[in-house]
Amino acid sequence: MAQSAALAAAPLIAAETAAGLIDCNVHLGAHPVRLLREIDESFLARREISEAWAASHEALLHRDMAAVNARLVKRCEVSPRLRAVGCVNPRLPAWEDDLKRCVELHGMKAIRLYPNHHDYTLTDTAFLKLLESATKQNLLLQVVAQMEDQRTQSPLMKLPPVDLKPMGTLMKKMPEARVMVLNANAAMITTALLGCTNVWLDIAMIEGVGGVENTLKSWPADKLCFGSHAPFFYWESASLKMQESVLTDEQSNAIRYLNARALL
Amino acid sequence: MRIWDLHCHLSGVAGLTPEERLSSLIRYADRVGIERLCVYMGMKWSQDPSPDDLVKQNDDVLRALEKHRDRAFGFVYLSAKHVERSLSELERCVANGPMVGVKLWVAQRCDDPKIDPIITRAAELKAVIFQHTWFKTTENYPGESTPDDIVALAQRFPQVPIICGHTGGTWELGIRAIREHKNLFADLAGSDPTWGITEMAVRELGADRVIYGSDSGGRSFASQLAKVHGAAIRDADKQKIFCDNLRGLMLPILKAKGIQA
Repeated sequence: MAQSAALAAAPLIAAETAAGLIDCNVHLGAHPVRLLREIDESFLARREISEAWAASHEALLHRDMAAVNARLVKRCEVSPRLRAVGCVNPRLPAWEDDLKRCVELHGMKAIRLYPNHHDYTLTDTAFLKLLESATKQNLLLQVVAQMEDQRTQSPLMKLPPVDLKPMGTLMKKMPEARVMVLNANAAMITTALLGCTNVWLDIAMIEGVGGVENTLKSWPADKLCFGSHAPFFYWESASLKMQESVLTDEQSNAIRYLNARALL
Repeated sequence: MRIWDLHCHLSGVAGLTPEERLSSLIRYADRVGIERLCVYMGMKWSQDPSPDDLVKQNDDVLRALEKHRDRAFGFVYLSAKHVERSLSELERCVANGPMVGVKLWVAQRCDDPKIDPIITRAAELKAVIFQHTWFKTTENYPGESTPDDIVALAQRFPQVPIICGHTGGTWELGIRAIREHKNLFADLAGSDPTWGITEMAVRELGADRVIYGSDSGGRSFASQLAKVHGAAIRDADKQKIFCDNLRGLMLPILKAKGIQA
């Protein structure tokens, strides 16, 4: 019986196919403390990822963000499946110019933010201005809640997760804004994000047995997207989460690509 | 591939009773191809258990095993703070019961020789010995072992196989710490699925010393399986990590108990 159970589930990592798969959470380029594998056309093709929203690891610590974003666009040329997601750090002087270049020069539709690496909170004036500006330009903002478990971080880069509690109030004040929180865990969702109607999440750091299915008990299926946090995480983690949870076809397709497609 | 999961708890899943929770775990394990689960504690967390807590936690597992002998193995929860009760629990649950392994958690660091009578008796019974470890950038609990502590233990028992739980969490450090001590095995469970853990473990320890586990139900099976499925290693090594290494450690006690697996 035991072996037949294993065989019944044999097509592991198999079914991310049919109508496409959009991975909202990948990074390219050199990570500050780890040598990671590069995400390229063969990586994406082998996993049948139709589109990957890619930001740059360089954005975590570099200050010449215009150059970081330009290199990211260049890197994305290796595959038509890669969509460049630029970074803006609202603590940098003249960040508005970085945002302008992302939109006007690179044609970006989404911007990824790292409040903990860039040392600001969601209540800082600079963030509020950026949110307003992005909203006016119909941009999706991806806010990275955390990049790594605090317990395993380099002692020289100890960064607590972003405090997401102000998000609810902020988003109510700005109902046209669209924010996707990346790498949120279940506790963050429960304590800070429930009830936010214009916030989307990805599944990269949603943990626990049946984690995706459990999340959907309190979070709407049209606001949850497939995100892997590759290559920092093994991409297969997100894929297997979709297999582990009991989902309807409608839920599965929404998470795999429909919700993300509607956003950009 | 055959997959045995070294590291599961009766937590994080639906069910009011131990057997209901184990049934829930098995339902999800089936969806991702896991054949056997090693189960210990978790109906209620107790980091520094009293002697009576230990008995209660072990009773829970015994009760869950009753219904799922064909799918689960039990590990007895012990504490070096309560050696006498731990030894009696070993007799009750392993020598005279169905359990096949020992779980040591965070009550007392394992470099303390107070733990030695437990290890000695567990080795006599051929029980699989699992010791939790972490190297936390934040801060370990006072009684929480590091891989350095388990090295000290391994040096006192060089002939006894011991599993280094979580590979120390911060696995680049944990793998380095245990590398030279051939009786130490690396448990991949319970940390984020950060790329490279399995590749480094295989490179530095050899595939024969690496074991898959999940730390479910707090962790998904998925994120932990990904560490092996997604690793750039040979399929033959994946099979060792997923099942063969753990099964090899377990076979002596399984045979002694007449359990086929």
